[in-house]
Amino acid sequence: MLSKRIIPCLDVRDGKLTKGVKFKGNIDIGDPVDVARSYYEQGADEIVFYDITASSEGRDIMIDVVKRVAETIFIPFSVGGGIRTLEDMRSVILAGAEKVSVNSGAVENPKIISDGAVAFGCQCVVLGMDVKKVGKSAKIPSGYEIVIQGGRKYMGIDALWWAREAENLGAGEICLNSIDADGTREGYELELTHLIATNVRIPVIASGGAGRKEDLLDVLTTAKADAALIASIVHYGTYTIAELKEYLSGNDVKVREIW
Amino acid sequence: MIAIVDYRAGNLTSVARALQSLKVPCVVTDRADELLRADRVIFPGVGAAGEAMRNLRGSGLDACIRKIAESGKPLLGICLGTQVIFEYSEEDSRTSCLGIIPGGVKRFPEGLKEKGDPLKVPHMGWNRVQFRGNHPLFEGIPGNAEFYFVHSYYPAPSNGSDIVGETEYGIRFASAVSRRNLVAVQFHPEKSGRYGLRILDNFSRWDGNYAQ
Repeated sequence: MLSKRIIPCLDVRDGKLTKGVKFKGNIDIGDPVDVARSYYEQGADEIVFYDITASSEGRDIMIDVVKRVAETIFIPFSVGGGIRTLEDMRSVILAGAEKVSVNSGAVENPKIISDGAVAFGCQCVVLGMDVKKVGKSAKIPSGYEIVIQGGRKYMGIDALWWAREAENLGAGEICLNSIDADGTREGYELELTHLIATNVRIPVIASGGAGRKEDLLDVLTTAKADAALIASIVHYGTYTIAELKEYLSGNDVKVREIW
Repeated sequence: MIAIVDYRAGNLTSVARALQSLKVPCVVTDRADELLRADRVIFPGVGAAGEAMRNLRGSGLDACIRKIAESGKPLLGICLGTQVIFEYSEEDSRTSCLGIIPGGVKRFPEGLKEKGDPLKVPHMGWNRVQFRGNHPLFEGIPGNAEFYFVHSYYPAPSNGSDIVGETEYGIRFASAVSRRNLVAVQFHPEKSGRYGLRILDNFSRWDGNYAQ
């Protein structure tokens, strides 16, 4: 039986973590490679890097980070943020990432999903979706709309339609981020997650809102997510990954227990 | 020296990096002479069977892999490398493959369920392998260890005696097969943490003998 995956997400700018990560003992660590290694050793099932660098020099630094991560950890990891072309995808994959996540780049040019799937295989292409609840309308029948630029720009695209479209184009996985829940630490957007996870045949990673261990249980059981993205809940030392897994396992969620 | 077969089936550097972390010398190559000269050969790959077989035939590496399988040299298949070792794959409107192990590779059927929930295809993520028969490759691996899988097709060997590991995903399928000096796994040892690295380390010391 497949395990539900627990995936820490690291935001990187100019080769450094945007927020330090505190491990037990409250040591602040800012190097993404060191933190990735630490999460690998603590039992992360996968790691997501989100590059928020704007400059092209910063991009080269990120490629170097990806190379060093690939030499250090031996679990899958994905890289997203600012991926717009097949060349962007290629450079990240050649540097050693298993998967590359496309978000606004795919909204602006959906063909990047199919081109990426043909060039590297579906399993490499993750569609990142930023979603806001807007209420049902003729244009947005699910009541959830695709947004970009951190939620500032509404795209007039229905989230459920877009998830299915991306699946048809060849995305291998969806990373579903609720802009409403993101950063609140009040729980994942369960209704949205359930809607998408039960209406596509590819795995769905739920993102945004994890604050308590119960939030992970809810999103992986009630909302049917295949994996849970976590950030501050582990970055600030509230829980270790092992503690989260032990709790989930005790509540009949199949997780990877030894590593 | 371990040679890793390069036949343009995805990014093969992850296997090389995993071996480097174990301080095992390796080379990624598409040259038959280099493969035939190596002590051991790893045949990895991600992607589609049709394209993989076209590349193997076009480069003549298909004959080279068969030769290595017959030579007694330890040979490890990974993921797509494992799939094309069978006689055929249902992928790409039935692809004729290398035929080193009797049997085929099948698509996960529609409508698979576990605990009442429909299962996603690809089978992507961590799952257990029930090892059978004490193959030296799996020495030191605890029963509850998990391995990273990503695939939509699964190996279905004709002979049960070729199976050395099985995994449950709605159905029970052969996730590790072996015949003499050949051993092949559907999961990715290079992406399966410590226990995956242990398998690669075991392979780097295996002499190619396995009595079924």
